[in-house]
Amino acid sequence: MKTRLYTLVFLLIALVLLAACGGSQPEPAAPAAQEKPAAEAPTTAPEPTEAPAQSAEPSKADPIKLSLWYHGAGNETERAILLQIIEDFNSSQDQWVVEMQDFPQASYNESIVAAALAGNLPDIIDMDGPVMPNWAWSGYLAPLELSEGALDGFLPGAIGKWDGKVYSVGLWDAAVAIYARRSVLEKYNIRIPTLDKPWTKDEFDAALETLQNSGEFEYALDLGMAWTGEWYPYAFSPFLQSFGGDMIDRSTFLTAEGALNGPEAIEFGKWWQSLFERGLVPGTSQDGADRETGFLEGKYALQWNGNWAALPPLEKYGDDMLFLPAPDFGHGPKIGAASWQFGVSATSQHKDGANAFIEFAIQDKYLAAFSDGIGLIPSTRSAAAMTKNYAPGGPLEVFFDLSKEQALIRPPTPGYPTMALIFEKALADIANGADVEATLDAAVDEIDADIEANGGYGFQD
Amino acid sequence: MTTATEISRKRTGFWATLSLNDRRTEVITGWLMASPAIFLLLTFLIIPFFLAFVFAFTNQRLISPNPTEYVGLRNFSRLLTVRLLILEPLTNEATGEPVRDENNKLIYPRVREFTRNNPDYPQYNGLKQWLAWNIGQKRWVLLAGDPVFLRSLYNTFLFALVVVPVQGGLGLVLALIVNQRTTGVNIFRTIYFMPVVVSLVVVSILWRFIYDGQNGLLNNVLQFITFGAFEPIDWLGNPSTALPAIMAMSIWQGVGFHMVIWLAGLQTIPPVLYEAASVEGANGWQQFRYVTWPGLRNTAVFVLVTITMQAFGLFTQIDVMTRGGPLNATTTVIFQAVQRGFEKQDIAYGSAISVVFFIMVLSVALIQRYLTRERD
Repeated sequence: MKTRLYTLVFLLIALVLLAACGGSQPEPAAPAAQEKPAAEAPTTAPEPTEAPAQSAEPSKADPIKLSLWYHGAGNETERAILLQIIEDFNSSQDQWVVEMQDFPQASYNESIVAAALAGNLPDIIDMDGPVMPNWAWSGYLAPLELSEGALDGFLPGAIGKWDGKVYSVGLWDAAVAIYARRSVLEKYNIRIPTLDKPWTKDEFDAALETLQNSGEFEYALDLGMAWTGEWYPYAFSPFLQSFGGDMIDRSTFLTAEGALNGPEAIEFGKWWQSLFERGLVPGTSQDGADRETGFLEGKYALQWNGNWAALPPLEKYGDDMLFLPAPDFGHGPKIGAASWQFGVSATSQHKDGANAFIEFAIQDKYLAAFSDGIGLIPSTRSAAAMTKNYAPGGPLEVFFDLSKEQALIRPPTPGYPTMALIFEKALADIANGADVEATLDAAVDEIDADIEANGGYGFQD
Repeated sequence: MTTATEISRKRTGFWATLSLNDRRTEVITGWLMASPAIFLLLTFLIIPFFLAFVFAFTNQRLISPNPTEYVGLRNFSRLLTVRLLILEPLTNEATGEPVRDENNKLIYPRVREFTRNNPDYPQYNGLKQWLAWNIGQKRWVLLAGDPVFLRSLYNTFLFALVVVPVQGGLGLVLALIVNQRTTGVNIFRTIYFMPVVVSLVVVSILWRFIYDGQNGLLNNVLQFITFGAFEPIDWLGNPSTALPAIMAMSIWQGVGFHMVIWLAGLQTIPPVLYEAASVEGANGWQQFRYVTWPGLRNTAVFVLVTITMQAFGLFTQIDVMTRGGPLNATTTVIFQAVQRGFEKQDIAYGSAISVVFFIMVLSVALIQRYLTRERD
């Protein structure tokens, strides 16, 4: 009997150890960008796959190998386009050979962090725009050294800058718009907004009330509350910015005081809360399936969604489908910017080769190929002209202008991944009825404490 | 003769050596066979466990170019500080009368005026409002260094307090039911055990659909039973129903496991005892009270301990179903540790939470051990 009890006690201690350590083992949790604003389908391949793409004949001097890590494992179209670029690059010269390794997106960021800790980073890194400053600050990245004028004409959101230097460049950008149907708006006498004359706050509110009161829809607007994660800061912080607030004071990047809890931010918070109180939008417990199909099924009159989801409604509603610019809440209409981009690792032995590859990849024809392949916004106007959807008169042309006119990148600071989570929680709490001022104050305190704990993230001095 | 003795002596010597070698070999083999497990336990359990203790006293970050520094008890004081602040209502300076707003409610100064950069109240600096009550005209505000963590502690204990007795008791009832020797009983055993072998992530996703506020299965069933009188509830979206909903789902998911343990315990009780009891004229309840229950004593201790551990470790359901919301109604200690440590990249703070959690669980386990000790 005694022995059995001792066994029990032993088991118990083992369990306690297990439980206690449970909290300190690396759970797969991307610092940011889980619900990617970028337009990739969730990837499924469990293991990174080696994909040597050299077709260049070995020449007299053996070419030097460059490694490239990519987040899009499992997405065949995307992979094929990238492999084509790599093959073209490898055969265009005999100095370098690029080899790609792709990872599922859900575990990509951890793979980079783990590789960095192990001193094993690839030469060319693919990364989500807002995470870039965090990695640059941590010393994972080297500034790009492209030839002069290489980035002329690029959408601002496709260029990743931190600390005055360009660290990354994207072959595409993403944009968000209000999805709507012309027939619905006309039926309820709602003015169709334009880029030059977007809805004002009052107009937008009145439109939502009208649509809700019509009884035709479950909700007037679907904000996408089901897409927790990076979607919240990406899609909703532009509302706050249009009110005149922000997630952080961009003049110093040292405090959120006044930006996230000033009078403008509080006004935004009250408006945000009222959307849920008035029952105009589905709340945080929205079912993910409704988010995907609600607008197509006519449950929602309007939807706040990205260009990557634009093709199905366009197919269903055809000419009736409208992509409307963000409303102007007083400080101009705003949408988020920056998607996946390429950069060079700080530990690369062959930075010149890595830069040469990136410069090769940002040719218009490749930007256009990605856009045609997976529906993304090409980074330059000249590339846009070569695409099916974004060419003048194309069905998604409006997104290019949205990106150009309204885009504001998420705060370019190494503190962004933490800030994004704090912001997400504050918005969810306010939507669920928390006191607006207290919640925003608490968020500011937490952001400021984090900045202080990190010695200002490199912004001090 | 001599040859035979010599041989036998030699043999003894030989066998003696062999058996000595044998024992040594056995020991070596034993360690060799245990070594993969020992290696894995060391790498993934014991070393991280001690690292957590070390990190908790530093400002270690997941990613950072800044050097790690020793910060003493800072993480713990932020976690555990609680202070009371009593606010007087604002008064009109001319009349001395309290000012009232349009709803005739008293107006109090903002807590933030005391907790942020106020040199007169250094003890409140950096604290946040946790709870508040109005007592008379005064407003009592409980400030805390990390109200979300305190809420997590509360939720975790509440979850354990409900789940431990209900899951344990229900498991026993199910075990008694499926312990009968009738045909088809194996089918029921399988059905009750099924949720245990399904991945908890899958179960959580399925239950999110069941709890859906608009057209979830649960709302539909309740409406059907009540002929439409039942108003649909957004189970996971409502702060007052979210945690109970997760409790119910967790109990359902885990009860099969404990049923099996109870069942194993039940089958060790010799049938002779029941025969003797019925000869003595004991009724069903008396048989349970005086034969079954004493026979299950060790099983009961085991079930109690395992459910308690599992309940304190609540994480997966939260991460998949609610991510701690709405309004912190379902946040738990382990969820906070992961959230802080990895998502917010503050390994030191996450470690501090783990250490507090360890001490908490250890104390509960020791108390349980003391209460369930054998009294000879």
